[in-house]
Amino acid sequence: MSTTNPLARARGHGSARDGVHHWFAQRASAVLLVFLAAWLLYAVVVLAGADFATARAFLAQPFNAALMILLLVSLFYHAMLGLQIVIEDYVHQAAMAMALQFLTRAGAFLGMTLGAVHVLKIALGA
Amino acid sequence: MRANQRPLSPFMIGPYYRPQLTSVMSIAHRASGVFLSIVGAPFLLWWVSAVSGGPAAFQALQAWFSGWLGKIALIACLLSLAYHLFNGIRHLVWDTGRALDIRSAYTAGWLVLIATALLTAVLLGLLL
Repeated sequence: MSTTNPLARARGHGSARDGVHHWFAQRASAVLLVFLAAWLLYAVVVLAGADFATARAFLAQPFNAALMILLLVSLFYHAMLGLQIVIEDYVHQAAMAMALQFLTRAGAFLGMTLGAVHVLKIALGA
Repeated sequence: MRANQRPLSPFMIGPYYRPQLTSVMSIAHRASGVFLSIVGAPFLLWWVSAVSGGPAAFQALQAWFSGWLGKIALIACLLSLAYHLFNGIRHLVWDTGRALDIRSAYTAGWLVLIATALLTAVLLGLLL
C-alpha cells in the first residue's frame, strides 16, 4: 500500500528534486563572492589614485584578469538571483513582474558577457 | 482590517511594528543588495570598460568620480558592499543552523555594524 496521496499519485508528479536549487545557488555564489569581494577591495586599495597605465597593467596580469572575470560572472549571477526574489516578493502585477524578471536576466547576462570581453581585451593586449 | 489592506513585510516596520535591530538589518540587507545590483555592479563594469577603452575613457571616469555626485556614489557603494559582505557572512552562519538565538543574532548584528563602519571608514580614508 502506498502512502502517497491519491490525488498526487493521479497527477503522477513527485518532487522534481530541485526545490533548493535557487537557495543553494545563492549561497554558493555568496561564499565565492566573500573571497572575490576581499580581492576586489585589495585591488581598490592597490589602485587608489592610480593612473591609466597602472590600472591597465594590473588587469592585464593573467591571475587578476581571471579573478575579475570570475568576480563579474559571480556578481551578476548573485545579483540576478537576489533581484528575482525581490521582484517575486514585491511586484504583484503579472505583466510588470515578468517584464522586470526578463530585464533582470537580460541585464545580468549582458553584464557578465560585456565584462568578460573587456577584461579579455585588456589581458590579450588588444 | 480587511485582508487585502494588511501591511505586507517589510512595510509593517514603523507604522504597525516597532523597528528592531534584526528586522531593520534584514531589510537593509535587501536594500543594499538591490543598490549594489543596479548601481554598484554597473560602476564596476564602467571601470573595467574604461580601463579597456583607453586613457580618455579612464580620465572621464576619474573626473566623474572626483565630482560631488561621484563621491556620494562611491561612498554609497562602499558602504553597501561592506554591509552586504559582513551581514551576508552573518546570514551564511545562520544557514548552518548556528547562532540563531536572539542574543547571538543581536551580538552578530552589532558586530556587523561595527565592522561595516570600520571598513568603510578605512576605505574612504584611502580613496578620498
